[in-house]
Amino acid sequence: MAEADLGVHPSEPVIDADELTRRFGDFVAVDGLSFAVRSGEIFGFLGPNGAGKTTAIRMLIGLLEPSSGSARVAGHDVRREPDAVKRSIGYMSQLFSLYSDLTVRENLELFAGLYDLPADRREDRIRWALGTAGLEGRGDQLTATLPLGLKQRLALGSAVLHEPPVLFLDEPTSGVDPVARRTFWDLISDLAAAGTTVLVTTHYMEEAEHCHRLALMNRGRLVALDAPSALEASLHSPILEIRTNDPTRAAALLAGIEGIEDATMVGRSVHAMVADEPTARVRIAEVLEREGIDLRSVDRVRPTLEDVFVSVVRRSGGVVEG
Amino acid sequence: MRRLSRRHVVEMVRKERRQLFRDPRTRLVMFVAPVIQLVMFGYAVNTDIRDTAMFVVDRDRTPVSRLLVEAFETTGRFRVEGASTDAADLGRSLDRGSAIVGIEIPSGFAADLAAGRPARVQILVDGTQSNTATIALGYAGRIVQAFALDRAESDGIPASGGSAAAGIDLRARAWYNPALQSRMYNVPAVIGVVLLLMCLLLTALAVAREREVGTLEQLMVTPLTPTELMLGKTIPVAVVGMIDLALVTGVAVFWFRVPFRGSVLALIVAALLYILAGLALGLLISTVSRTQQEAFLTMFLFILPAVILAGFLYPVETMPAFFRWLSLLDPVRHFLVIVRAIFLKGEGIAGLWAQYATLLAMAVAALSFAVARFRRTIA
Repeated sequence: MAEADLGVHPSEPVIDADELTRRFGDFVAVDGLSFAVRSGEIFGFLGPNGAGKTTAIRMLIGLLEPSSGSARVAGHDVRREPDAVKRSIGYMSQLFSLYSDLTVRENLELFAGLYDLPADRREDRIRWALGTAGLEGRGDQLTATLPLGLKQRLALGSAVLHEPPVLFLDEPTSGVDPVARRTFWDLISDLAAAGTTVLVTTHYMEEAEHCHRLALMNRGRLVALDAPSALEASLHSPILEIRTNDPTRAAALLAGIEGIEDATMVGRSVHAMVADEPTARVRIAEVLEREGIDLRSVDRVRPTLEDVFVSVVRRSGGVVEG
Repeated sequence: MRRLSRRHVVEMVRKERRQLFRDPRTRLVMFVAPVIQLVMFGYAVNTDIRDTAMFVVDRDRTPVSRLLVEAFETTGRFRVEGASTDAADLGRSLDRGSAIVGIEIPSGFAADLAAGRPARVQILVDGTQSNTATIALGYAGRIVQAFALDRAESDGIPASGGSAAAGIDLRARAWYNPALQSRMYNVPAVIGVVLLLMCLLLTALAVAREREVGTLEQLMVTPLTPTELMLGKTIPVAVVGMIDLALVTGVAVFWFRVPFRGSVLALIVAALLYILAGLALGLLISTVSRTQQEAFLTMFLFILPAVILAGFLYPVETMPAFFRWLSLLDPVRHFLVIVRAIFLKGEGIAGLWAQYATLLAMAVAALSFAVARFRRTIA
């Protein structure tokens, strides 16, 4: 489904990966990854830990040499023109990577200098970054003393000081509370609306919903690529939402029985992907009653991204252990 | 290779300077610790002996034998801890450790001296304290010899046992450090150790910290090149090193009164080469360390052998041949030779060209190796 989609976009892709592969010894971290991202798109990499998302990003931004395959970012080959690539991109990693022992302004000045911002643009951009992070008038504060949410917004502002056409975000909101995460995503949407192409990795489902298109990765491979709504629609098996007094035990019990393809906890309830709805309803009631678990309700629900994710990961060989 | 951007280097140097000078603890490590180390070495590492406990067995019991004992005491290096006429007491005193040196004057000592016959004095030292014993033995020998010559002159008889018997008055004089004060020798050497410690500590830890925290990765996705990054990391440390050099030299000269007979320029040139080598080693350590802790441990793996092989506390000349050869690879050794010669002998670059050339070669080799490795591990 991935390849069929690519030709649809009329403009030339801003990120274009072709059979990108990276091995570490015998381990294939990224295996023949091909995709294209068009201008202004928010493109998400979704996958469990160890799926190869970070390795893929590191190859695209020139921090890691691909073992084979190629990629172009903003029209530059990542292997042959790493410097041109670096000038065209902004990057923010899951680790907060500004200097905590410098002040907010000193951090911004440093990166403005390293990105060669001309003197006349420098002050404007620094002011813009301070505003974006909500840190007007707090430029002289030590970065270490900021709450994590503000730090992350500052890191984002610093990553796009030079107004790069492409922005790479590697799990940018890990550890941030939901409110700060929402503010952060508003910023990303604004940047994309202004024409910035964004590639973001995440394992938060609600974040994935913000992406225009999602690449589902597992075991180094691309296992699905489409818009979130299309991915949800692609799941044909019915999903039953089961409410009990003991969701943890219920999920474990139900995962093993015949006619239920998968059962996982989603919030306080259990989502079960079933082959046939009526038969499954009967079996679920039986099993839970036998085990003394109080069954409160069983409802058919629309598949969420998480259901798609679980199903795709299972079909592509399960999660890598360790 | 891309052109070096002056702006990038300036930005990095400014950032490093801010980080180095902002933290009070770092400031302490950079500017106070070297002085404390120097003062400690100046006072604590004292290989001179003073007031060494001595046990006297005088079986001669003449005014002359008492004069000999007095001669020991007046030097200030020996203190009579006990006396007896029984040699067994001397043994017990050494066994107990209440005395480190024992002197036994046999009966007939004064008579032998007066008759111009070889006079015998036995000196026993506690060999478990080998350093003190060797030094004490040296002094005791000299005191006895001087005493014999003295007596011979006043009696008008040539004293045998001393070289005066052959008509030659042999007098050893230590040049450049007439009082043979170990401080004169040690204090300049501490400068070398302090500078190396500072270079390794600041560079290796600074790079390792950035790698650990993730800022190094952030820097490497900017247009900053590895060379610019390295310059940014090393220039501020080199400056700190030169400030430390001035500080420590000042304390050595004005507090410890170590003579400074050479040229300041020669010292600065030597320090620059030495610091360059130290920075390169620091960078090398940072390329093999992923965390600050690893960098710290690797540093110690290097610094202890480097200091021991350098002849800082133990002279290189007394090491086994293999280690003497190995010590030629030790920049600290060459720097110490230079510093001691500049301070005490007033030697210049011309007279020390071999050491300067070696330091230069080491700095160049270590730096190119570090640059190559740094580029590979960073980019």
